[in-house]
Amino acid sequence: MELQTLTYIIVGLSFALYIGIAIWSRASTTGEFYVAGKGVHPIANGMATAADWMSAASFISMAGLIAFLGYGGSVYLMGWTGGYVLLATLLAPYLRKYGKFTVPEFIGGRYYSKSASLVAIICLIFISFTYVAGQMRGVGIVFSRFLEVDILTGLIVGMGVVFVYAVLGGMKGITYTQVAQYCVLIFAYTVPAVFIAFQLTGHFMPQLAFGSTLLDGSGFMLERLNQVVTELGFTEYTRGNKSTIDVFFITLALMVGTAGLPHVIVRFFTVPKVRDARTSAGWALLFIALLYTTAPAVGAMARYNLTQTVQIGAVGTPAGNLEVESRPEWMKRWEPTGLLKFEDKNNDGRIQYYNDKNPEFAKMAQDEYGWNGNELKVDRDIMVLANPEIAGLPDWVIALVAAGGIAAALSTAAGLLLVISAAISHDLLKGILMPDISERSELMAGRIAAAFAICIAGYLGYNPPGFVAQVVAFAFGLAASSLFPAILMGIFSKRINREGAIAGMLVGLIFTMGYIINFKGVFIEPMAANIPENWFMGISPEGIGGIGMILNFITAFAISRVTSPPPAEVQQLVEDIRIPRGSGAAHDH
Amino acid sequence: MQDQKESMGAAYWKANLKLMMICLIIWFVVSYGFGILLVDTLNSIEFAGFKLGFWFAQQGSIYTFVILIFVYAHQMNKIDRKFNVHEE
Repeated sequence: MELQTLTYIIVGLSFALYIGIAIWSRASTTGEFYVAGKGVHPIANGMATAADWMSAASFISMAGLIAFLGYGGSVYLMGWTGGYVLLATLLAPYLRKYGKFTVPEFIGGRYYSKSASLVAIICLIFISFTYVAGQMRGVGIVFSRFLEVDILTGLIVGMGVVFVYAVLGGMKGITYTQVAQYCVLIFAYTVPAVFIAFQLTGHFMPQLAFGSTLLDGSGFMLERLNQVVTELGFTEYTRGNKSTIDVFFITLALMVGTAGLPHVIVRFFTVPKVRDARTSAGWALLFIALLYTTAPAVGAMARYNLTQTVQIGAVGTPAGNLEVESRPEWMKRWEPTGLLKFEDKNNDGRIQYYNDKNPEFAKMAQDEYGWNGNELKVDRDIMVLANPEIAGLPDWVIALVAAGGIAAALSTAAGLLLVISAAISHDLLKGILMPDISERSELMAGRIAAAFAICIAGYLGYNPPGFVAQVVAFAFGLAASSLFPAILMGIFSKRINREGAIAGMLVGLIFTMGYIINFKGVFIEPMAANIPENWFMGISPEGIGGIGMILNFITAFAISRVTSPPPAEVQQLVEDIRIPRGSGAAHDH
Repeated sequence: MQDQKESMGAAYWKANLKLMMICLIIWFVVSYGFGILLVDTLNSIEFAGFKLGFWFAQQGSIYTFVILIFVYAHQMNKIDRKFNVHEE
């Protein structure tokens, strides 16, 4: 069967499954719509959280990023998993005990202030839209590469599917659909990884293959990889090229940002009990770890395979490089997408792939080998998608990877859309503008808001503002510097009051936003060159959320100290959320 | 009676914070410690084909996080029961 037909069948089947589940689990109350009626088993909730969390970025981009960054890619691995420890120990059980539906609701209640809630709503909407635009883009890319339809058609199909199950099913529909999506995406991710691990090392487990010897007898994979890449002028694979302080702060911002992301936090409102919120974080991380411990192995193997494909013999000898004419089929297939480019700069009919950004090596290569610059450009985003083709795996594996990529993007998009719709219908309409709204109208408003958000997301996916990539730093930085500290202090300190929390959130937000805009120039031209010499203490914009968080804490403590303490009933509330007993009764409004 | 209840509440919170701190120290040590700050030192140790610091940064820290959360959840349930604040 043709690859394309096969892909249509597998992706079509997965869509039918998602929609079927959505119809079976339709939401009929606001409780079911926002938090699935708080009746989701912790293991199912863990799986749904994992699917919600692992986006197109985790599935499609991360292994490719690691392949090219080597040790430097560790910031994503530690940063995007370590946040769950913070969630389990610092936030999830207490927020579950508080027993409401949304993050702004907690902030508004704990800081007895609609302004605090409003600040939280603004942060939440900004963070969520940033994310969702990236997901829709991911859906578009997968569709256009594998189904060979144009990006717009791909987007409309994707929007239609998300619409059906997010708008009808609400959190309940999304949760059960995400369980299915998790299964699809993890299967699609591990199958090619297992195949490739076996081809290279004879081990089935990618996590073990990562540290094994290669079957061709050239020694341990990582040692060999270090040797292969340094011969071509790159930094050693197991060594990064970022400064220690930058690695530290990027990891911190990503970890804390993860724990502060509203669509992740809200998952812990859906479980029946406080103790389920704790275990559910564990299950979520276990399911995430299956992919996150496979990804670095995939990255290393992909880098090794790619380098070996092009550098077929000794470095520097003419016969050491691949002839253009004999390049493999998969390269030819990716060339039309523009994501893989080849240019014969020294007209020798062979491909030289090396680090021409390394001035010493580039000069030596020119003088001694006659190389005129790197001739192969590989977009890191294609590494996972092209991996099965590089390894020559059967067509059904390639089709499966397409379905997996779409599952990852759709599950995250749906979770985010729900958070946006809840913020608008529940926090903004019911909480601030129209407190008397009936449950029926609120549910309707939630659905309209979700539908509206899907259209905006689709638009952003089709016309990506040139800055989607930069804005990712924004989303994590803002979550780390605004929402996370406000929630944390709300639980662990009785003294932090309304004034302190609002000032803290604003200081964290404005500082982080200002720093990122200064170097990355979102909406405007950057005001300073984005180079380490200009950075504050050598911390890049990706890591500045960590500093923003510290400023938030300091401001909140200082202001709270000089203003009056929170009212007695709020202090009682804090006492109450610290004790698990009575969580059942806390549901009702 | 009220006083006794309050001091029980305080003791529960203290036990909770102690467990939490232990977890967060381990969390910090395996990732920021072994994976970032001490990575060069640990990389001089090789085991099972990995440089140890690199392994912590890309594998070990993640395994530790998973185990840590389950141990925390289990211990917290015990503490909840001990202070009689667990859910029915």
